[in-house]
Amino acid sequence: MTVDPGGEGLVHQLRHQVPLMVWLVLVWNLLWGTWSWANLISGVVVALAVTVLLPLPPVVGGARVHPWGLLVFLGYFLADLVRSAALVAWQTIRPGGIHHSAIIRVQMRTDSDLLLTIVAESLTLVPGSLVIDMDREHRTLSLHILHVRDLADVESRRAAVLAEEERVVRAFGSPDEIAALAHPPGEAPVGTGRRTP
Amino acid sequence: MSEVDTVRDLIAVVLLLAGAFLCLTAGLGLVRFHDVLTRMHAGTKPQVLGILLIMIGGAIRLEGWSATWMLLLVAVFQMLTAPVSAHMISRVAYRRRHVRRDLLLVDELRTGEAADRLYRGDEPADAPPEEPARALLESRRDEGTLPPA
Repeated sequence: MTVDPGGEGLVHQLRHQVPLMVWLVLVWNLLWGTWSWANLISGVVVALAVTVLLPLPPVVGGARVHPWGLLVFLGYFLADLVRSAALVAWQTIRPGGIHHSAIIRVQMRTDSDLLLTIVAESLTLVPGSLVIDMDREHRTLSLHILHVRDLADVESRRAAVLAEEERVVRAFGSPDEIAALAHPPGEAPVGTGRRTP
Repeated sequence: MSEVDTVRDLIAVVLLLAGAFLCLTAGLGLVRFHDVLTRMHAGTKPQVLGILLIMIGGAIRLEGWSATWMLLLVAVFQMLTAPVSAHMISRVAYRRRHVRRDLLLVDELRTGEAADRLYRGDEPADAPPEEPARALLESRRDEGTLPPA
């Protein structure tokens, strides 16, 4: 990371800290449960203290939000959540239990820390799949799948992971990253559009 | 007015019961599943939807917005942190070979390096190395109780 001279660095810092500050003030107010000027001002003081005393590295690049993509992502996420929760609940209580699990590696196409984090979090939140490992250099996610019937089932789960990645990128990605989805996995040139600190 | 209240109570009760049922399946899964990785599924996943349902039910039933905001925060932090703890424990479990490999249909994470073949002494009894006979020989040679091949 290059060090910007003087005031520019401060502006740069502030631009990255403001979303965090807004979030902290919001949490503070939600914890108090009521909206008032006193809560707002004390929230700002606490948020300033937290961001100054416990600084975090900024999320490089930040997020763009595409409203339609976000809606599609949230819709699929909620549907997945309910469907898989019911399925896992049934697999837990049925007499047969579960038979085979699988650990698969999936080659991702996006190369941004933030997007990969969102993909991994949403995959782990949905019942039935669990991210065990992530190879950042090679852009692969390793997932544990709770129940698979056969190899065709494994391939369909792999396709589901790539579909989830596509929805996340279409909701939060930059135009470059959306274009990179067109490349088949593993063939997108490594290093283009890379956003990592 | 009272009919509206009844319907509201009914929805809240259904949501709370559904959430409680999902938490029950989490407990059942911990008992019934066979290794750390599958138990992590049971322990963390039904919780996500279960907690959400209970929070929505509670928000409908409880009076006042201040409780609702608090429940919203609980749900948000639950969804942010549950995947992280599940991931960390599973990752450690896999690296320490607390995995029933015989029940895995495919394992694309397996490296097959030397450390993966030796007995290290802290494996559970039902998670042997991939080739037990060879692993025992190599471990003995490592200890020096057998001459090197």
